[in-house]
Amino acid sequence: MRRIPLSAIIGMILTGAFILSALLADFIAPYGMAEVVGDVWEPISADHWFGTDTIGRDMLTRMIYGGQTTILVAAAATMISFGTGSVFGFLAATMGGWIDQAMSRFVDLLMAIPSLILALVILSVMPATLTTLILVMGFLDATRVFRLSRAVAVDITVMDYVEAARLRGEGWRWIIFREILPNALSPLVAELGLRFIFAVLFISTLSFLGLGVQPPLADWGGIVKENSAGLVYGKSAALIPAFAIAALAISVNLVADWVLSRTTSLKGGRGA
Amino acid sequence: MHPVVTLVAQRIALGLLLLLAVSVLIFLGTEALPGDTAQAILGQSATPEALANLRAELGLDQPALTRYFGWLGGILTGDLGVALTNGMEISSELGKRLGNTLFLAFWAAVISVPLAIILGLVAARYVGRWPDKLISGVTLSTISLPEFVVGYILLFFLGVKWQIFPPMAMAFPGMGLFERLYTVMLPVLVLVLVVLAHMMRMTRAAILNVMQSAYIETAELKGLSPMTVIARHALPNAIAPVVNVVMLNLAYLVVGVVVVEVVFAYNGVGQYLVDHVAKRDLPVVQAVGMVFAAVYIGLNILADVISILANPRLRHPK
Repeated sequence: MRRIPLSAIIGMILTGAFILSALLADFIAPYGMAEVVGDVWEPISADHWFGTDTIGRDMLTRMIYGGQTTILVAAAATMISFGTGSVFGFLAATMGGWIDQAMSRFVDLLMAIPSLILALVILSVMPATLTTLILVMGFLDATRVFRLSRAVAVDITVMDYVEAARLRGEGWRWIIFREILPNALSPLVAELGLRFIFAVLFISTLSFLGLGVQPPLADWGGIVKENSAGLVYGKSAALIPAFAIAALAISVNLVADWVLSRTTSLKGGRGA
Repeated sequence: MHPVVTLVAQRIALGLLLLLAVSVLIFLGTEALPGDTAQAILGQSATPEALANLRAELGLDQPALTRYFGWLGGILTGDLGVALTNGMEISSELGKRLGNTLFLAFWAAVISVPLAIILGLVAARYVGRWPDKLISGVTLSTISLPEFVVGYILLFFLGVKWQIFPPMAMAFPGMGLFERLYTVMLPVLVLVLVVLAHMMRMTRAAILNVMQSAYIETAELKGLSPMTVIARHALPNAIAPVVNVVMLNLAYLVVGVVVVEVVFAYNGVGQYLVDHVAKRDLPVVQAVGMVFAAVYIGLNILADVISILANPRLRHPK
């Protein structure tokens, strides 16, 4: 086993800590999520490690539950984007012909508009529930996974073992899941981390704009929004969730970078 | 006809076709989903008769195809309809705000493009040494941050703690250019930081790529200084990828502007869009969505056209 670089270890520890605190939110949160426990925007103290928020709720508790929502929504959206994106990408690559053309041109069309703008247009008619948010984010992001997995699968479909499987009469399910998927896994796994970060930033941005997670539930982007009015008066509470988003994004990035460099060295065959 | 003209014309035609397809997508996206405008105005408890009356009044009882062409015709003639929430003409409101938004994006571009290219050159000149590592490290961390986080950090420290720039950006008619620039300095800075990293990294990568060519070695062996080699010999051949990434980032400003305007309560198009998404004001959302899509696609076409023009093999065919 090769030595893991320090940056990747730091990334893994931080990412692990965020996920753990999201999973154990009910046990480690010192107060209730909607419980008003003090004055408005109290400074940091022994009772309230991160101070209190715009209506006097404990900031640490809000942060723990907010992280839970952010990570849950982002993870679910990433799973949807990978599930649909990779299956359709592999399908397009194996089927070829007009099916490939139709799917690829449709994805081109979706990617011709910035996804935030498209998401805003869709959210103007859909009710803003967690399920809609996850679905909208997942399907919009699936376009990127589609392009990647199609590109990877196009290289694999010309391999002899796929040809052999075709000749012995295997169906498309076998070819996609037993021949292509195992060989396309490593670039896809490296991409997984990047898509997750993108989903975290996306849901935070939507909530910050007031169009994502709706109160009483809050994610980090929503907590920034709730407390942003205080910044002008020098109350820095809104910066705490802002830093948390940045910390999560950077630590997942560190891990993803390491996975990416490992898998590319595997593919290139030249790496140490 | 000159092959470049044909290529450029093809690219522009393709872009217009794409824009048409996008208009269908935006129209369908807002019309095919459950609920309609009449329902949105009157609420869930409206009687069926009231709904039917309002639908007839707004023309919603027409078939979708008729309404689409009516809408498209309106856009092409500059008539974007009226906002549901306040009955105001969308085009006049949009026109005012578009000026404000373009002002913001223009200055962000004016600052970020030369800065990114200079930083990219410096990083390529000192590749692997501390200036390169410093520039790459700082820009890498701004890439991982969403726009509103960068925005609030700058707002809190530069706007409130040290009071260098005004924390709220409001553009009023009758402001002088410098006063107006000073007011929008914080949002402009945020936009610069957001696009700088990507542009700088691509410039660096494009130049390092060119640096491996044989003619660069010749220039070095001639005894030219490293900066001259980069600026005179490497940069001209790295123009095409650099211009491309510059254009893509300018297109990305379109998205950044939406968030940044909300952070600094700036009265531009992005704020207009977000407000009306929350109010479910469909005509406004459709119109502003089309404007954003048109700017985005237009800049992408421009990027393609410039890289076609920057390619000498296409300019001087055998």
